[in-house]
Amino acid sequence: MEIIRASLRSLFDRAERGLGLFFPPHWNPMLNLGALGFYFYWIITVSGIYVYIFFDTGVTQAYSSVEYMTHDQWYAAGVMRSLHRYASDGLILVMLLHIAREFALDRYRGVRWFSWVTGVPVLVMVYAAGITGYWLVWDRLAQYVAIVSTEWLDRLPIFGEPIARNFLSPASLESRFFTLMVFMHIAVPLIALIMLWVHLRRVSKPRINPPRGLAIGALASMLVLSLVHPALSQGPADLARVPGAVGLDWFYLPLYPLLETWPGPVTWGGAATLMLMFCVIPWLPPLRKPPVAKVDLANCNGCMRCFNDCPYNAISMHMRSDGLPFEREAVVDPSFCVSCGICAGACPTATPFRRASELVSGIDLPDMTVAQLREEVELAQTKLKGNARILVFGCDHGVSLKGSENGTVCSVALRCIGQLPPSFIDYVLSKRLADGVVLTGCAENSCHARYGTQWTDARLARERDPMLRARVPRERIRVLWAGRSGRGQLDALLTRFANDLAAMPADASPVHKSAEREASKELIDG
Amino acid sequence: MGKAFQYSGQVIVYAAIAAFIGYFASRPIYHQFPEGHAQIKLSFAHGAARAKECRRLTSQEIAKLPPNERRPNTCERARIAMHVQLDLDGKIIYDARLEPTGLAGDGPARAYQKFAVMPGPHKLIARLRDSRDTNEFDYETHHEVVLEPGQNLAVDFKSDAGGFIFR
Ligand code: HEM
Ligand code: SF4
Ligand code: SF4
Repeated sequence: MEIIRASLRSLFDRAERGLGLFFPPHWNPMLNLGALGFYFYWIITVSGIYVYIFFDTGVTQAYSSVEYMTHDQWYAAGVMRSLHRYASDGLILVMLLHIAREFALDRYRGVRWFSWVTGVPVLVMVYAAGITGYWLVWDRLAQYVAIVSTEWLDRLPIFGEPIARNFLSPASLESRFFTLMVFMHIAVPLIALIMLWVHLRRVSKPRINPPRGLAIGALASMLVLSLVHPALSQGPADLARVPGAVGLDWFYLPLYPLLETWPGPVTWGGAATLMLMFCVIPWLPPLRKPPVAKVDLANCNGCMRCFNDCPYNAISMHMRSDGLPFEREAVVDPSFCVSCGICAGACPTATPFRRASELVSGIDLPDMTVAQLREEVELAQTKLKGNARILVFGCDHGVSLKGSENGTVCSVALRCIGQLPPSFIDYVLSKRLADGVVLTGCAENSCHARYGTQWTDARLARERDPMLRARVPRERIRVLWAGRSGRGQLDALLTRFANDLAAMPADASPVHKSAEREASKELIDG
Repeated sequence: MGKAFQYSGQVIVYAAIAAFIGYFASRPIYHQFPEGHAQIKLSFAHGAARAKECRRLTSQEIAKLPPNERRPNTCERARIAMHVQLDLDGKIIYDARLEPTGLAGDGPARAYQKFAVMPGPHKLIARLRDSRDTNEFDYETHHEVVLEPGQNLAVDFKSDAGGFIFR
């Protein structure tokens, strides 16, 4: 499993970087697959409603009503029909990539099982919706789909009368079955939408809308495709004839040739095994999960920053339970928490300047506390020499920091770069523990913990609490969002930064003696 | 990197994705049936006779039944297997004993089979046995047909219509 994941991961890394040549990070299609899925869903919905106006739901009139749209009204209903088809194919494409990517990035195990497992019925329903959709056109492809689907269902020994008999000859065709398909084609996508809502229950602020640039590009390309290569029917269905050669939609129907030719036990057994595999894969093997975030009530003032920053809806704010004069307190739901530590990075009490009292954050990862982080920083910087000493804060999912270390560069690794309280940067620079600080993590917009890089950027830009203090010299900070493959970029950045630092005039301002007082002031301001 | 370079790159990526989608949405063509052949499709469901004959209940047995369920006969539910044969131009191309469906073996037996044949004139004989205690076929229907390439000839069976129906 590890090997499959790793090789898939390097493929995705390469695709991401390749597309990164042309797309700015927030427009990169590979980083917006879920959002593109929703976007295609909306295109399908709008175009679907439009074609339904002109669609005749009687089995004998269906074909001619679709032909009317395609030929007589090609400029409107015809385009809508094509959009409906191609956006559905696009949905399959981005959905399959989305699944593969979540798998490759190992974002489907541990508490994330929930998003994965609730995705499986969506997958099935999207296919069911597409298959019933092809049925409605009642052309030769529809006939093929109808026959193979019903023959396949008939291989389960549960129906008395074979359902495929409905499509035996023109005389046996009834609109009863057809009406059922029309109903399913509308009902199934609606149920899928409800299921998608469940799918997103455990991520906060899900990105369901693609950025405008990407949305325009995707719609424009589908529109152009619809105009130059409109979706066509394949001749009216005729049960007196065999639908010999059919143009299959390989996005929806790639398994139909197998369903038709392989024996029932193999296809049904295969389908059941595949579904079962999909459902249990988050536990094959289960993720060895580090301990989840813990709240220390004595240090929590109920400021809600952790609640606002947690990417997995794991924190809720409850009424105060310990008598301290605050309104609320943070509570962690362990079954939602992925142990990313972003909450610790958000907590105003997690400031390394605290000396008077023991450094305990209001919320923290028990096996990687803010206090331990401070110790690591202090230990790491002792190895540095010269006037261009650089401390790199990196994360487990970015470039491996080993190997970049030498007499002038040292590093401290975090679960996620969002785990770093901005006050640490202030601490390092104002205490002269290093001359410069580098933050590095996942590629932009592709943070393993969803919002770590984004919150870090916002904290440094003083747009989001807790903010980096204004007094911190920005020229002594560098940020690199590059992901695992960013080794070269990091080394180049370190070399340049070292030169820049060496050229800077030595900071004349005294080391802040009053740092502790200020820190407690910051606490109260918070 | 210039904006123009980026945008033209994006256009190329979108065009490639659109071309990919547009092509695989209906190509390559799949030939699901041998070119130039015709098809005979045998498909029906039919309940063969009960495995045991219904018999009259004795008066004691009737007396034992609750008053609202009293009836003169009792029937076993299980059915026997049905025997189906299809003869094409003097050659038997299908010969099967089809078991009844249903957990109690009381449902109709199902026949569903497709045959690819050469087009042209054919003589077909369909036979079916659904009764107990005989080795004769209860139904036998002859049919002559000239099949065109790509034609689908359905062979159905309805006992109340007198046997096999070709259409
Ligand atoms: C039409 C189908 C689907 C759509 C539109 C969709 C959409 C989304 C979106 C918008 C997110 C949140 C991404 C973010 O904001 O970071 C997400 C997360 C996720 N999806 Fe889907 N999804 C679909 C199907 C599936 C399927 C079939 C699976 C797997 C079988 C799946 C697995 C996941 C997982 C594991 C996550 C969580 C990622 C994390 O924890 O960071 N999705 N999906
Ligand atoms: S560790 Fe991450 S997932 Fe867990 S509560 Fe903190 S921010 Fe949320
Ligand atoms: S950020 Fe810290 S102080 Fe604020 S609510 Fe969360 S745990 Fe409490």
